[in-house]
Amino acid sequence: MLKLPIYLDNNATTPLDPRVLEAMMPYLTEVFGNAASRNHPFGWAAEEAVDYARDQIAGLINCDPKEIIFTSGATESDNLAIKGIYEMYAQKGNHIITTTTEHKAVLDTCKHIEKIGGKVTYLPVNSEGLIDLAELEAAMTPQTILVSIMYGNNETGTIQLIREIAAIAHKHGALFMTDGTQAVGKIPVDVQADGIDLMAFTAHKMYGPKGVGAMYVRRKNPRVKVTAQMDGGGHERGMRSGTLNVPGIVGLGKACELAKQEMAADAARLGAMRDRLEKELLTLEESYVNGSVERRLPHVANISFKYVEGEGLMMGVKDLAVSSGSACTSASLEPSYVLKALGLSDDLAHSSLRFGLSRFTTDEQIDYAINHVKEAVTKLREMSPLWEMFQEGIDLDKIEWAEH
Amino acid sequence: MAYSDKVIDHYSNPRNVGTLDKNKKSVGTGLVGAPECGDVMRLQIEVDEATNTITDAKFKTFGCGSAIASSSLATEWLKGKTVDEALAIDNMEIVEELALPPVKIHCSVLAEDAIKSAINDYRVKNGMPELEMAKSHH
Repeated sequence: MLKLPIYLDNNATTPLDPRVLEAMMPYLTEVFGNAASRNHPFGWAAEEAVDYARDQIAGLINCDPKEIIFTSGATESDNLAIKGIYEMYAQKGNHIITTTTEHKAVLDTCKHIEKIGGKVTYLPVNSEGLIDLAELEAAMTPQTILVSIMYGNNETGTIQLIREIAAIAHKHGALFMTDGTQAVGKIPVDVQADGIDLMAFTAHKMYGPKGVGAMYVRRKNPRVKVTAQMDGGGHERGMRSGTLNVPGIVGLGKACELAKQEMAADAARLGAMRDRLEKELLTLEESYVNGSVERRLPHVANISFKYVEGEGLMMGVKDLAVSSGSACTSASLEPSYVLKALGLSDDLAHSSLRFGLSRFTTDEQIDYAINHVKEAVTKLREMSPLWEMFQEGIDLDKIEWAEH
Repeated sequence: MAYSDKVIDHYSNPRNVGTLDKNKKSVGTGLVGAPECGDVMRLQIEVDEATNTITDAKFKTFGCGSAIASSSLATEWLKGKTVDEALAIDNMEIVEELALPPVKIHCSVLAEDAIKSAINDYRVKNGMPELEMAKSHH
C-alpha cells in the first residue's frame, strides 16, 4: 500500500539516510567529546571523527580537507562567505555581483551589504533562468571583489554556467563564490575544475541531518580569507567559532561519501523518473516547464498549469507534499520572485508546482503523483471561468477586470 | 493553512458548477475579481420573471479553496430566493457558515459582489435601473 501523502519536496529538505543515522549514532551517545579538547581521549575521538568527515567531504567536491569550514547550514555559510569577504577585502573594493534568482540567504545578505555601504549588482536572468555572460562581464569593475552566483536553483533546478562565470570573475580579479546547496551531492561539483573560491552547502539537502553545513574556502591560488562573523574560541582556522557539532559533521561526512558513491546511479534513475513525470504532466494542455530543460538538476521539475489558481491547486494535490510558486500566507498573494525573474506573469507563477525527487522516491509514487495532479488540474479547470473563456477563444488580456 | 470541514466539503464536492446561457433575458451573469489577484468568480442566476424568484444558479471560480467554497455556497443559498432576498445576503454570513479565517474574508466579499453583479446584469437586461454597489472594497 502506498503511504500518503507522498513526499516530493526534496529541494526543501531530504529524509535522513538510515546509513547516515547509523554513522552518527555513536557520536550522539558514547562518543560525546568536544573536538577541541586536546588533552584527553574523549576529545581525540571527536577530533578524529571530524577529521574523517572533512576527508569525506573533500573527496566529494575535490578540495583539501583543510579548506572545509563547518557551519550550522547553508544560510550561515552564505552569510559568512559574503559578509566575511566584504570585510576582509574592503581595501580592494566594495562591489559584489549576484543574480535576482538567488536564495534569500544570499539576496538578503547582499541587501545587508548595501545597507552598510557596499554596492551590489543583481544580474537578471533569461527565460531559462540563466545569466548572460556578457552582462556579467560588463558589470565587472575594478572595485568588484566577489561574484556570488548559485550553482543550481532551488525552485527550477536551473544550473548556471559555473565555469564560464568563474573565469570571468577571475579575469577581472574578483573571487567567485557559489551557493551549492542544491547541487552538491546531486551532480558532480569539483571546486578545482569549476574554479570555485568559496562555496556554501548543507547536509540536509543530501540525506544528512539538519543543522550542519559547510563553507568551502580556497587556500591556494589564491589563498582566500574571510573575516569571522562570530567571536569566540577561534575554531575552524579562526573563521567560525563555536564547538563543533560532531554528530552532525559525522552525518555530513557520511552523506558526502554516499553521494560520491551513488550520485551517478541516483541521477540517472531520478532523471528518468522526473522526465516521465514531466512528460505525462505536459500532456495537459497549457502546461509549461519553468527554467532550463537542458541545464537542470536531474531530480527537479517545475511546471505551471495555466488557468488554475495556485492555492486551489495545492489543496487539490493534498496527497502530495510539493511546493508551489505561490506564497499564500496572507491575503496579498506573493508569487515566487524566482519565477517572476524568468518572466512569468503573476498568475502563471502562482499556478506552478515544484517537484523534488529523492533517492527514496519510487516509480509507484511517481505514477500516483501523475494521476493525482492530472485529476486536480482537470477538475479545477472544469470549475475555472478562465479555462472556459480560453476554450471559447476569448483573450483574457483584453478583458477589463473589476479589481477588488 | 487548515481549512474548515465545510470549505473542504464545498471544494471537494462543489455544488452547481456550470454555465447558464448568458444571452437569455432571464439570466444574469456576474464576473468579478481579476486573474492577477488570484480570484475570478463567475456567478449566474436564472430568474422567473413572474415571481421574481431565482430558479437556478451556477458558478465557476478560479481561486483558492475558500473562494470556490464561497461561490459554491452562494449558489446553494440563491436557489429559491427572491431577487430581493438574494440582495440581502451579506458576506459575513458566508464567513460564518464556512468559518473563514480573516485572511480569507475577501473570498466572501467577492461572492457577495458576484451575487450583486449578477442581479444587476439581470436588472439591466430587463430594463430596470442598475443598483449601486453598497460596499466598496480595498
